[in-house]
Amino acid sequence: MEPTKGLASPLDQLSAHETKGLLRFLTCGSVDDGKSTLIGRLLYDTKLLFEDQLATLESDSRKHGTTGEDLDFALLVDGLAAEREQGITIDVAYRFFATEKRKFIVADTPGHEQYTRNMATGASNSDLAVILIDARKGILTQTRRHSYIAALLGIHHVVLAVNKIDLADFSQAVFDEIVAAYRAFAKDFGFKTLVAIPLSARFGDNVLTPSARTPWYTGPALLEHLEQVEVVSAAAGRPFRMPVQWVNRPNLDFRGFSGTVASGTVRAGDEVVIASSGVTTRVKSIVTADGDLAEAVAGEAVTLTLADEVDASRGDVIAAAAARPEFSDQFAAHLIWMHDEPLLPGRSYLIKIGTRTVGASVTEIKHKVDVNTFQHLAAKTLALNEVAVVNFSTQAPVAFDPFGAVPQTGAFIVIDRMSNLTVGAGMIDFGLRRATNVHWQALEVTKDSRAALKAQKPVVLWFTGLSGAGKSTIANIVEKKLHVLGRHTTMLDGDNVRHGLNRDLGFTEADRVENIRRVAEVSRLFVDAGLIVLVSFISPFRAERRMARELMGPGEFVEIFVDTPLAVAESRDVKGLYKRARAGEIRNFTGIDSPYESPEAAEITLLGGTKDPEALADEVIRYLQASGHI
Amino acid sequence: MSQDRLTHLKRLEAESIHIMREVAAELSNPVMLYSIGKDSAVMLHLAVKAFYPSKPPFPLMHIDTTWKFREMIAFRDETAKRLGFDLIVHTNEDGLAQGINPFDHGSSLYTQVMKTEALKAALDKYGFNAAFGGARRDEEKSRAKERIFSFRSANHVWDPKNQRPELWNLYNARIRPGESLRVFPLSNWTELDIWQYILAENIPIVPLYFAAERPIVWRGGQMIMVDDARLPLQPGEAPQMRQVRFRTLGCYPLTAAIDSDAATLEAIVREMLIARTSERAGRLIDHDEAASMEKKKREGYF
Repeated sequence: MEPTKGLASPLDQLSAHETKGLLRFLTCGSVDDGKSTLIGRLLYDTKLLFEDQLATLESDSRKHGTTGEDLDFALLVDGLAAEREQGITIDVAYRFFATEKRKFIVADTPGHEQYTRNMATGASNSDLAVILIDARKGILTQTRRHSYIAALLGIHHVVLAVNKIDLADFSQAVFDEIVAAYRAFAKDFGFKTLVAIPLSARFGDNVLTPSARTPWYTGPALLEHLEQVEVVSAAAGRPFRMPVQWVNRPNLDFRGFSGTVASGTVRAGDEVVIASSGVTTRVKSIVTADGDLAEAVAGEAVTLTLADEVDASRGDVIAAAAARPEFSDQFAAHLIWMHDEPLLPGRSYLIKIGTRTVGASVTEIKHKVDVNTFQHLAAKTLALNEVAVVNFSTQAPVAFDPFGAVPQTGAFIVIDRMSNLTVGAGMIDFGLRRATNVHWQALEVTKDSRAALKAQKPVVLWFTGLSGAGKSTIANIVEKKLHVLGRHTTMLDGDNVRHGLNRDLGFTEADRVENIRRVAEVSRLFVDAGLIVLVSFISPFRAERRMARELMGPGEFVEIFVDTPLAVAESRDVKGLYKRARAGEIRNFTGIDSPYESPEAAEITLLGGTKDPEALADEVIRYLQASGHI
Repeated sequence: MSQDRLTHLKRLEAESIHIMREVAAELSNPVMLYSIGKDSAVMLHLAVKAFYPSKPPFPLMHIDTTWKFREMIAFRDETAKRLGFDLIVHTNEDGLAQGINPFDHGSSLYTQVMKTEALKAALDKYGFNAAFGGARRDEEKSRAKERIFSFRSANHVWDPKNQRPELWNLYNARIRPGESLRVFPLSNWTELDIWQYILAENIPIVPLYFAAERPIVWRGGQMIMVDDARLPLQPGEAPQMRQVRFRTLGCYPLTAAIDSDAATLEAIVREMLIARTSERAGRLIDHDEAASMEKKKREGYF
């Protein structure tokens, strides 16, 4: 074996290895711009491929390769069977290599638009992006998209790798033109370094060492630049933040707060604040298994003990008392949507920020961003891979910082409440002032006092089920019975509300979400007024029913599932709607071409079609009596 | 996010601890898979650090195929006791009763029955909804693609084409009843990092990693150690003593030894720095068929 190039002798390395810096970077850009090939070339030329890996590569190249007799380096990183069969990259792959100067973790990310979320996954933990461009094709939509997303996710260092320069006759004019066009569109992205390099990943030009075939290029080769580029951020001056992960209580004498320092520095004796309560105290000790520390810096996993017995738990943020995070239930953010089902304003999702997971919804899409022109466009929903500026409202206030100031406490993910999938990634721009400054009017006459006057417990009876299930019929009978019992009631019916309050709404998924949101909010006002509210709405989506439930206090929401089989409801067809839906005259009709999501844990399930409505209404009354509502 | 004051190893350590604490905080019933190898040794060491001064809030579990090196089993019991972990040992008793072994049934079927099926049955039996594994992304190319929090369906299936996005260190640990997570706190460690950390922290490891005179036979160009009398010797085959060590440890009939004089941790690290083959070259099950590891992982193997 030849001596390894770029590697120091083993004995020197033993001591040097541990103190080396680390650079995490990703390769991105459009399909077929040569991302995987470039990584393969880097590993091969730095002699970091093991012999058995090389042998596998040779046999794979013969089987799946797209480069004729040559080794197909892409096969080194495209590790999934589906990727090798189709010759594409689907998900991000991580590779590790080291030179005598630095260790590297490289994320090879997919170029297809369809897999943009996987590119974002790779970018979120990278310090630098190598954006590849095919010299023959120039800047493509994906070049712009990836550059924009990299900038959004906080990457400040970029290498523009103008690849396949061999196929453009090593032309300086081609290179210069691409670089000028790139600099023009990326000028507002806030990149601190932007280095353009002409290279050929396939043949190795300007990858490890400057190529004789581009004599006009005087800058560094790619690896030289990666070894030298200074990416240490402004992290040092940032304020101390530590989201509490886990309360550490081995016995009655020890209560510590375990977490990773997200930013800044903390020392024993520092004055800190629990962001949610505003209570201040001092750091008593910084505990680790290797002994107490005098100070801990961003990135260290520690356990803090505090001087006072303060209330803090998982999800709280311990912060520098002199530089506190914002604490609010509304903020503006950039959002990257990552799921096939669109983002619907008003729908209740979960967000995870730091170690806090909280219910949240988008109250407004300010605009989405066209990744090709960077124009701002109006939008009612957000589709897969779209980026927008939105306002978020959370169910409880959360501690955060603007992403630009402290990325670790300004980033969040969005989780779908039903599927538990990660459906979005967000970066907070700023807290909304109305949330920070406007406080709830403390009312003298309370919900309880109004209810007491009526001698009843206010509650929402939420009837859900297919059109024609019998919701309104049963609800009407229930209301009559309550009236006879001397209870103060009111009724919100789907058809009636759509003639007034919600007449501006149609039947798209987004409008249905808004329809339910308004009805839920009105119901809450009625509950505040002390009334028993009967709501009769198809309300087909679990997420919206859950949203309505979460608006009310404990015991104030009773979900009543009128469980009538579709065939029975359709045979009734009082309004002739099923017939028209079957004929294609009505779109988005629940049960026909739009789904109904059955409740998973309704308080009451009424088997429609098995008993007469009178008997079903009695079941509701009996429930209300048993639960102490009446 | 870089802080120069922290060394590379310190940062890896902190990342692993963060991952373990997230699992302990978010999941009701986690378990740590213990394979007794060097990566497991590091993982256990990190778990003790992560929850100090508390004990790690989860047990260890070893899927015992009954074909591990004898020294591994002794080391396993000693380690669990030393660190104060509860240890669950699970064996596929049906497979054992049927006499499934790596010689007569081939490594592929053997692995499926005694490892993959056994693991799935054990997870179901105890209702574990998260299992830590010591796999690293630099080991193998399908592992390089896997998330740190890797979702499994109620049937333990991994869908590599449809993984959850995983951004920053905001891990999504939400699952429905019956579903589970495999969590890999050592994802970003390399083999060299592991050895340097073992050296720096003086972590005890199975003596088989150190060079010594051991009885071996040659099989398919690889050196297999004769650990007990169950290894069927072919006609004319006689074990010979040779100075060898193991770079990776699994079931002894499926794990090849390497020639080595490295009898100390320092010597092992030096050997690592000039290694020209990957550690998994000595793992016979990886070579069964193309995309072998991915297939096994989809079926529920670690």
